[in-house]
Amino acid sequence: MQQIKLKKGLDIPMCGAAALTIGSINRPTVYKIVPDHYAGLTPKLMVKEGDQVKAGSPLFHDKQFAELIVTSPVSGKVVEINRGERRKVMFIGIKADIKTDYVQFDLKQNVKDLLLQSGLWAYIKQRPYDCIAMPSKQPKAIFVSTFDTAPLAPDYGFVLAGKGNFIQAGINALSELAPVYVGLQHNNKTTDFAALKNCTLYSVEGPHPAGNVGVQINHVAPIAKGETVFTVNIQDLAIIGQFFTTGQVKQERLVALTGDMAFEPQYFRILPGTPASAITHCNVRKDMATRIICGNVLSGTQITEDESLCYRCNQVSILAEGTEKHEFMGWLLPRFNDFNAKTTDPAKFLDNGLWYWLFGPKQYNWDARVKGGRRAIIVSGEYEKVFPMDIYPEQLIKAMIAGNIDKMEQLGAYEVAPEDFALCEYICTSKLPVQAIVKEALTNLKKEIE
Amino acid sequence: MEKFYQIWKRFGQNFQEGGKLSKLSSFYDAFDTFLFTPSTTARKIGSHIHDGNDSKRTMILVVLALVPALLFGMFNVGYQHFLATGEIVKGAMTCALFWKAFAFGLLAVLPYIIVSYLVGLGIEFVVAQIKHEEVAEGFLVTGFIIPLIVPIGTPLWMVAVATAFAVIFAKEVFGGTGYNIFNVALITRAFLFFAYPTHMTGDKFVRTQGTWGWDNNQALVDGFTGATPLTQLSTAETATYTMTDTLGNPIGFWDAVNGLIPGSVGETCIWAILLGAILLLMTGVASWKTMLSIFVGGGLVAFLFNIGGVDNAAANTPWYMHLVLGGFAFGAVFMATDPVTSARTECGKWIYGFLIGAMAIVIRVLNPGYPEGMMLSILLMNAFAPLIDWCVVRVNINKRLKRA
Repeated sequence: MQQIKLKKGLDIPMCGAAALTIGSINRPTVYKIVPDHYAGLTPKLMVKEGDQVKAGSPLFHDKQFAELIVTSPVSGKVVEINRGERRKVMFIGIKADIKTDYVQFDLKQNVKDLLLQSGLWAYIKQRPYDCIAMPSKQPKAIFVSTFDTAPLAPDYGFVLAGKGNFIQAGINALSELAPVYVGLQHNNKTTDFAALKNCTLYSVEGPHPAGNVGVQINHVAPIAKGETVFTVNIQDLAIIGQFFTTGQVKQERLVALTGDMAFEPQYFRILPGTPASAITHCNVRKDMATRIICGNVLSGTQITEDESLCYRCNQVSILAEGTEKHEFMGWLLPRFNDFNAKTTDPAKFLDNGLWYWLFGPKQYNWDARVKGGRRAIIVSGEYEKVFPMDIYPEQLIKAMIAGNIDKMEQLGAYEVAPEDFALCEYICTSKLPVQAIVKEALTNLKKEIE
Repeated sequence: MEKFYQIWKRFGQNFQEGGKLSKLSSFYDAFDTFLFTPSTTARKIGSHIHDGNDSKRTMILVVLALVPALLFGMFNVGYQHFLATGEIVKGAMTCALFWKAFAFGLLAVLPYIIVSYLVGLGIEFVVAQIKHEEVAEGFLVTGFIIPLIVPIGTPLWMVAVATAFAVIFAKEVFGGTGYNIFNVALITRAFLFFAYPTHMTGDKFVRTQGTWGWDNNQALVDGFTGATPLTQLSTAETATYTMTDTLGNPIGFWDAVNGLIPGSVGETCIWAILLGAILLLMTGVASWKTMLSIFVGGGLVAFLFNIGGVDNAAANTPWYMHLVLGGFAFGAVFMATDPVTSARTECGKWIYGFLIGAMAIVIRVLNPGYPEGMMLSILLMNAFAPLIDWCVVRVNINKRLKRA
């Protein structure tokens, strides 16, 4: 088994990890499916208001690849098709039946067709471009990471307890598309992912972003120009495996509610289209401004209580907004209660040395403030410290800002996704919106190349 | 504090678009972010948490690192002055004399700090207002370094002109902090060096005239020469030469390390520079790779000259002396490590530093016209840093191309 040891990176200490319990939620009456969540897909509706759908019936398909469809997570009636500017579909509201009625698929067809028809293809992402896999591409490999190292990340050992057979079924199905590679956390004895068969296993050791599939691809099978690699999240893989076992599209998943602004951080069982309020209602501090993040605090998306959680969501983070803090001469304060990645503050020495020895791990204050103004890139070498890939991140970012396609290609733009740059954005002294830059550049790159 | 915040923000409304003082919005903004950390929060997409470290904190750390060199430099300015006038006799130092020397130095150096900040920040504010941007903090460091690297006898108006030239033509025309190719403080010095060469010769580094509150026409002691050790080396007529201080006593290694010798304000004391270096390295603001490789490069080339090849006073000076004399250490710690003008790849920093050290010694030894090679060598390598980076990145690109 290949062993990868990463030195670069950064683990961010936060409080508010989800307890290993599953909370009960009020089942929402209307599920809202948001086409915008499906990265790189332009929706063409296949239903209209008043239509009856089953769990697994098509809702819309992609404009470019008509065979790439998105299906309903529940059975019920399409009650609303909400459109925004220029008649863009904002969401499709489905009023769920009390008892879910599933479309029964015939599992005798080939894997790719089944995935496309069931709508589960949308769970497969691809590099380059970090979008939903294009059905026309032949991948050279499919990568699955079995762990997440982001702050307060869900524990997949707990999330997928008892679903080993589904994961194996998912791997068996996907291995008909391309060889499957599964990344294990080094020395993680609590999960039994190491027993998976029909795939190539490798183990990764190191701080965040060791669990990011992009980093793992870069070390195991780097993507060259013209190649495509598919990636699947481990929980999504279990959903795919369940489909190939039962022939029904059951998209139920566990999300972890995390963060010290949540009263009872724990896991919740949801379906795609569930509004955030279903799990945050009465469970988040109201005495101060907070933000709800679909995903982790490093690369998630801020949403309101009424908006739906993303269909690939594994974690919801609640973070203090911090707008009411007005630090007087903040540039001079030692900030003993703030975490500092670089040793730019004397606090770091105290925290890691004396403090740790006396009181154990320190609890830091976190909020959503940027804590500085945007500048040109000044400090050098800081991205490299948290970017464990064989890529020059600063040079690549500069090429992306300049929109230089040739340079981006040469510097490895095909291998990266915004989430790989999350720590760069966190650490950036010049406060650049690094992930937004990468996202926009990849979208443009896709437009130019494809 | 909350009350002050409210008053300050209400005052700030005057500076907004359409307000009475909207022409000065960058000015207000600079003070606003100086007083209160901005409470703008992260975007909807991207990282929601950010490190507390920003441009202001980084720059202020460099300024802090420069403080020991400044304080020692102030004392040394006064010390050298009173040595020249005979009020301090070498080896006899009392507490009163110490403070007298420091006070003289303080009053002599302070005008340079004020002039450099007024001129430089003034230009920064105006440019920021024209471009409708926030005022960048880069000049906080530049403005602090300038007084430390110009001869203490330079007329103030020359410093003002040189600072203005450097900020406008070495920085703002390129786009401001972060886009400049050459180190702005060094351009200031280079401008003085080439525009007013008679004021930059090696014997102008001791303040012989008075300063605020001190008599202007003091008699100098017999046998006084203001020449810095490196000037002495470059003008020496014999191939083996013993450097002396202003009164003719020989200077050894530890004299150069302790720094009670004539030179630019900040450059003489290695201990003070070392303190700054420790702070910069501990906090990760400056690159240890650049610093180390400069000393390795300089030491190695000086050692090669020691062995043979060239036979002049500079070449025969022991290699370890080269590393502690003149601006070598100061340049290595504070000037070459400027991230904007230095090589930006980690591998490139080794090459960049090594070549700076090597070139500095080569200039010292082979070019008697410029007794101090550090300034020219850093500026030269500033110009080559992008090329070094290009080569380093090219290796990565070629590796990727081979995979395809």
